[in-house]
Amino acid sequence: MASQPSYHSEVVAPSMNDLPPLPSLSVDEVGLTARAAELGRRSIKKATKLEGIRRALSMVDLTTLEGADTPDRVRRLCRRALQPAADEAGLPPVAAVCIYPRLVPVAYKELLGSPVQVCAVASGFPAGQVPLSVKIEDTRAAVENGADEVDIVVARGSLLSGDWQRVFDEIAALKEHCGRAHLKVILETGELGTFDKVAHAAWVACSAGADFIKTSTGKVAVNSTPPTALCMLNVARDYERERGRRIGVKIAGGIRTSKEALHYLVLVNETLGPRSLTNKWFRIGASSLVNDLVRQYKKAMHGTYQCADDVVTD
Amino acid sequence: MTRVQESSDPRVEPKRPVHPLAAPPESWDYATSIEDASLANLRDRYDLWIDGEWVKPAKKLWFESINPSTEQTLSEVAHAGPTDVDKAVRAARRALPGWRDMPASHRARILFAVSRLLQERSRELAVLETLDNGKPIRESRDVDVVLAAQHFFYYAGWTDKLDHVLPAGRKAEPIGVCGQVIPWNFPLLMAAWKLAPALAGGNTCVLKPAETTSLTALRLAEILEEAGVPPGVVNIVTGAGETGAALVNHPDVDKIAFTGSTDVGKLIQKSLAGTGKRLTLELGGKAAHLIFDDAPLDQAVEGIIQGIYFNQGQVCCAGSRLLVQESVERQLIDLLLARMQNIRVGNPLDKNTDLGAINSEEQLAKIESYLEIGEHEGATRRGPQCELPASGYWCAPTLFTGVTPTMRIATEEIFGPVLSVLTFRTPDEAIEKANNSLYGLSAGIWSDKGSKVFRMIEKLRAGVVWANTYNKFDASSPFGGYKESGFGREGGWHGLFPYLK
Repeated sequence: MASQPSYHSEVVAPSMNDLPPLPSLSVDEVGLTARAAELGRRSIKKATKLEGIRRALSMVDLTTLEGADTPDRVRRLCRRALQPAADEAGLPPVAAVCIYPRLVPVAYKELLGSPVQVCAVASGFPAGQVPLSVKIEDTRAAVENGADEVDIVVARGSLLSGDWQRVFDEIAALKEHCGRAHLKVILETGELGTFDKVAHAAWVACSAGADFIKTSTGKVAVNSTPPTALCMLNVARDYERERGRRIGVKIAGGIRTSKEALHYLVLVNETLGPRSLTNKWFRIGASSLVNDLVRQYKKAMHGTYQCADDVVTD
Repeated sequence: MTRVQESSDPRVEPKRPVHPLAAPPESWDYATSIEDASLANLRDRYDLWIDGEWVKPAKKLWFESINPSTEQTLSEVAHAGPTDVDKAVRAARRALPGWRDMPASHRARILFAVSRLLQERSRELAVLETLDNGKPIRESRDVDVVLAAQHFFYYAGWTDKLDHVLPAGRKAEPIGVCGQVIPWNFPLLMAAWKLAPALAGGNTCVLKPAETTSLTALRLAEILEEAGVPPGVVNIVTGAGETGAALVNHPDVDKIAFTGSTDVGKLIQKSLAGTGKRLTLELGGKAAHLIFDDAPLDQAVEGIIQGIYFNQGQVCCAGSRLLVQESVERQLIDLLLARMQNIRVGNPLDKNTDLGAINSEEQLAKIESYLEIGEHEGATRRGPQCELPASGYWCAPTLFTGVTPTMRIATEEIFGPVLSVLTFRTPDEAIEKANNSLYGLSAGIWSDKGSKVFRMIEKLRAGVVWANTYNKFDASSPFGGYKESGFGREGGWHGLFPYLK
């Protein structure tokens, strides 16, 4: 998939990447959806639930991506990220704070010396319809200002029109400018139409150098769904088996309840295994989810919901 | 393309302190969720259900029905001798005119009521079935009871439209008294498969459940009575092989329907020759499950799991002969073995359990003998290392690779969670191998190409062919075999033919 074989050129340099990624990357929607739903019925109670909630919280990329974002808003978000609930010592900090590049210096300062990473969306987020040179500059600036991780959007117009080469080249170019920062590639699966396309896009992103593949921007009608996540987790597993490099998966958009988050954790547990149940290999891009995780943790610990305001929200 | 166990972290050394939950957990085990066994409402002893009453067996003999997952006795079940069978057949004969001549819409109303009561009592029936058979509660709850209710619902709808099933101008009439002998793998569901079309057609029945799994059929008797099925229309005689033989050989039975092993099916066919009794047989299978290299592999893996480990593989249409195109064999086996690690074996009443207990000691011995045969024949035995419960009859999910068509594990029905994996190179070879079997009950195809799927379906000699799915059942869909898998169809309007003149 890496480079499409050209039947017109005289010389085609043979390489492993010229081979099709797998004998089949096709996905059956009916079977995939049924399996994803079945995995939503695992029994998550008591100790399993507490452990799951703590894990889920540790995987959250606490996100604010609004035009109205201000330095103060980002500072508040960072405090929340470091300590989701002051009265629950058992709860870990989240994985990262996810913001626009302009606000990276603010978050960098707030999170200095903490385990919480600074994550910036770049490359003309969310549509990605800007020239490559602008995408590169966007990415480079974010990294220079201290971003540990960069979430970029794939050129999904190219992806839908079948120009896989351009998709690959753009990701590879941005990867070069990431330096030591971690690259997450957003496929915007809600716009791809079929799971075959999702699987192919995921594979191309992996071969172009993505450290993580991510479902969506959170800015379109359909964001992460359990079948989409399952499809991408399967690709991550296949890519590691066939190519020997381990890839992380990030889901994003519309994940608001602990129940949904735990469903995704089951998907990870049963595809990549418990070894991937850490924020090194799985992330959840969300904002209000943290409130519910804290609330459900308190309920599981103390047996009751106190009142609507028992969790400090922000 | 080398397989890497643990690849290196692509990140450079972290500039931040380590996150407190950076280390992965060793495992994240789900919470147990055990269904309440007392919901089964077991009696200490069950008599025979004849002519709308509980009748003690003439010889006053009862035998134990045990829970195969614990080997504990659940209850005692009556052993019906020839005298009891005769009594049941006479009751069915007496009840025939009343049931046959009842207004069809009235019969329909009763059968609809049976369906509704099965749904109302579904939890109780699921628990009872799981205790008696050993299958996971997830399956008895989501498959057995649901489909049993659906079957009565479906045939209730046909009751007043029987003339439309036959060629124009012919009037539908029942065959008469039907003797029905059913197996232990889907006790309640098989009872529904047999009774619903027979009753819709205006026949009366004597049903003999398998000796290890009589309890749900006896519970069904209560439900039939409550729904308004008149006395004698359905009679249930419990017992082992000789009870079945007495029923099959009874001179006043008009039709025999049997589901079970091919060996017994052949015996029945011999003993019925020349008697004028009608016969349908649903027997064994060794289904070919074809995986082409353009298949959606992850979903195919789910289909394979569903095909061979559903109901511990004790399914006549189990996809027990996996034929994989050579070019995807490595990937598929890798995926399949990884997926098998997630199969939870254990207490069938736990809602998380995927694989329950084997139904009987005898069946377990048979499966284990095939495991030995497979190893002896030179195939490689693979599968997860499962911790199996100390008591009860258990077999871990198993697959054999390196199987060749001449091996016994490739040709004989094992009726357990044991998959034989063979390979093929081209579609033509796939067809040839798939059809090269004494059986022909079912088959499965996984491919992304519609045209290929249809070409395969045309050429496969099997009664049911699933495409990109497996072990899916519906009351409106006919089910039955070719060759030594039997004859006659159950389900759909085709399922009415064997019960109509």
